Amino acid sequence: MTIADQVTGSTIAGTAGAKPAGTKLRAAAPAITLPAIGERELRLDLFRGLALWLIFIDHLPPSLLTWFTIRNYGLSDATEIFIFISGYTAAFVYGRAMLESGVLIATARILRRVWQIYVAHVFLFTIFLAEISYVATRFENPLYTEEMGIMDFLKQPDVTIVQALLLRFRPVNMDVLPLYIVLMLALPLILWSMKWRPDVTLGLSVVLYAVTWEYDLYLSAYPNGFWAFNPFAWQLLFVFGAWCALGGARRMSRILASNVTMWISIAYLVAAFYVTLTWYVPQLSQFMPKRIEQWMYPIDKTDLDVLRFTHFLALAALTVRFLPRDWPGLKSRWLRPLILCGQHSLEIFCLGVFLAFAGHFVLAEVSGGPVMHALISLSGILIMWGVAWIISWYKRVADKSGAKTKNAVGNADLAGGG
Amino acid sequence: MKAKVLLSLVLLCGSLAAPTARAGDAASAPSPAPAACELPSYLLTSESQLPRVADAIKAGKPLDILVIGSRSTTIPSSESSSYPARMEAILKEKLPPSEVVHVSVEIQSKKTAEETASTFVKLMEAKTPTLVIWQTGTVDAIRSIDPDEFRGALTDGVVALQKAGADVVLMNLQYSPRTETMISAQPFLDNMRVVAQEHDIPLFDRFAIMRQWNEQGQFDLFNPSRGPELAKQVHDCLGRALAQFVIDAAHLEPAQQQN
Repeated sequence: MTIADQVTGSTIAGTAGAKPAGTKLRAAAPAITLPAIGERELRLDLFRGLALWLIFIDHLPPSLLTWFTIRNYGLSDATEIFIFISGYTAAFVYGRAMLESGVLIATARILRRVWQIYVAHVFLFTIFLAEISYVATRFENPLYTEEMGIMDFLKQPDVTIVQALLLRFRPVNMDVLPLYIVLMLALPLILWSMKWRPDVTLGLSVVLYAVTWEYDLYLSAYPNGFWAFNPFAWQLLFVFGAWCALGGARRMSRILASNVTMWISIAYLVAAFYVTLTWYVPQLSQFMPKRIEQWMYPIDKTDLDVLRFTHFLALAALTVRFLPRDWPGLKSRWLRPLILCGQHSLEIFCLGVFLAFAGHFVLAEVSGGPVMHALISLSGILIMWGVAWIISWYKRVADKSGAKTKNAVGNADLAGGG
Repeated sequence: MKAKVLLSLVLLCGSLAAPTARAGDAASAPSPAPAACELPSYLLTSESQLPRVADAIKAGKPLDILVIGSRSTTIPSSESSSYPARMEAILKEKLPPSEVVHVSVEIQSKKTAEETASTFVKLMEAKTPTLVIWQTGTVDAIRSIDPDEFRGALTDGVVALQKAGADVVLMNLQYSPRTETMISAQPFLDNMRVVAQEHDIPLFDRFAIMRQWNEQGQFDLFNPSRGPELAKQVHDCLGRALAQFVIDAAHLEPAQQQN
């Protein structure tokens, strides 16, 4: 057996380690451990669903509901949750596929998923084009002649649309899917390396993150600038999620259960809350030492600032501690809408971006009052829930009449995200 | 809306408690500001100061203000209603009659902060203003310039202006709800705040101010109307707010003001 085996302990029955001997995989498999099959981690669905709702609300103009989104109470926001869980579930599903069917098949399945996400992105871009063209021709308020310069790109669709297909031109709010596409493209490599040495892989990821900060690595965008979410930095969260899924979480359980961790996390979250408070209550900022401000700002979202990453870690540590896997509330029907949305994340994410566009449109063209605003937010969430329910229903029906082998391959939905 | 009302109350109480001596200003001003211009006082105050403006007024020297802006500095075809012109008028009303106030405007249309900042040395040789109000960020946001580069350009620009012997006020983007899905303003707003803080210069938060007006229903900034009326009113209020902001940041004694 490999050295890693001693570190990770035994694998759980029903996973790759218990596969018939003689395959090439056999020797390498125990380096990672997977939870038993058939047990869906509802907490992941719950928080991914929550992240989807929050992203939707954050994409709408600020309103009362915006005050409920976590970015107002700390340094990290829904994007961190989303990318982490996406890494976790992707590694969970495709990691299993890699152990059971081999690297080639798993890679093919991952690429199929990448293609789906890419198509979804192009679809959203088309909707964006429709909206911007409409506004460009209808809106001529002299107050905003300068802002209308944004429409200039419509004058050269030959360049813009090609750049959009290359993922280099990405309008506002359309940055998450390209990031996800790049991360998923790297997933075969990540999994292959994790199969060998999970800890080394995580270490390499940290190194890449550090190198990104030190040498300022980035992907350029069109017409200028760079990707709003730098994949070289954000991969850390994704790989960390994958590492947790492949046995890391279990090995960390001691640390997660310790009181020291809990208090450090609480202290950090309170401090971060105070920092965010100074953004909204400027009077408070005089109690903030200038030196700390200078050291801390800017808190960079593009390169996943360390402060944001640690904030997410603190949140996650507390969540895992106070919300056990078998918490009965997870089965309650009040959380059902969230969990449903989390289970079909790619579809619901795209729907959310579309609904945010549509919401802007209604606010602009029909009326912009706070009542209308609340109505749009609420109906958006209801629509997301409804569609998630329909997709679930359809899948259930289709599964019944379709092949029964699907379960053995692993549920592709679980690896969704977007 | 409860949360927002509560928040504004908290903000209001906070700013009332802050040691400012301007409580009576708005009420006793010669031409009372239209109700639509109303703003919570925290949007009109700054911890940073304008020492050169204060000195010029104390010494009775002329106050020469240069507004460096872009297309949103003006209203097409009605120059005299744009915010620099309105600010000049209000400053003349508020400062003693003996004080000479002159506002000039330098429009750098479709130029990024970097392109604009590169002209500052020459510009400041030609004019020697007491105060420069640098309004920027929109073009950078439209072209999604790298925020780090933007911050670098801002820093260079501010340093050049200060070296030339002027006080500096930074003014950020307009709040433009219509284009919110298309222009990502936040990184540029953040960086302007950071640079203002680093150089201890006042930041006139045009974005927050206009958003306040839109949210409180004083102005409907979603309005697609082609007429100049809305633009004129908004610029009038911006000019008033800016004049108030400058007077406040210069820490003028009531005796140095008209009222």
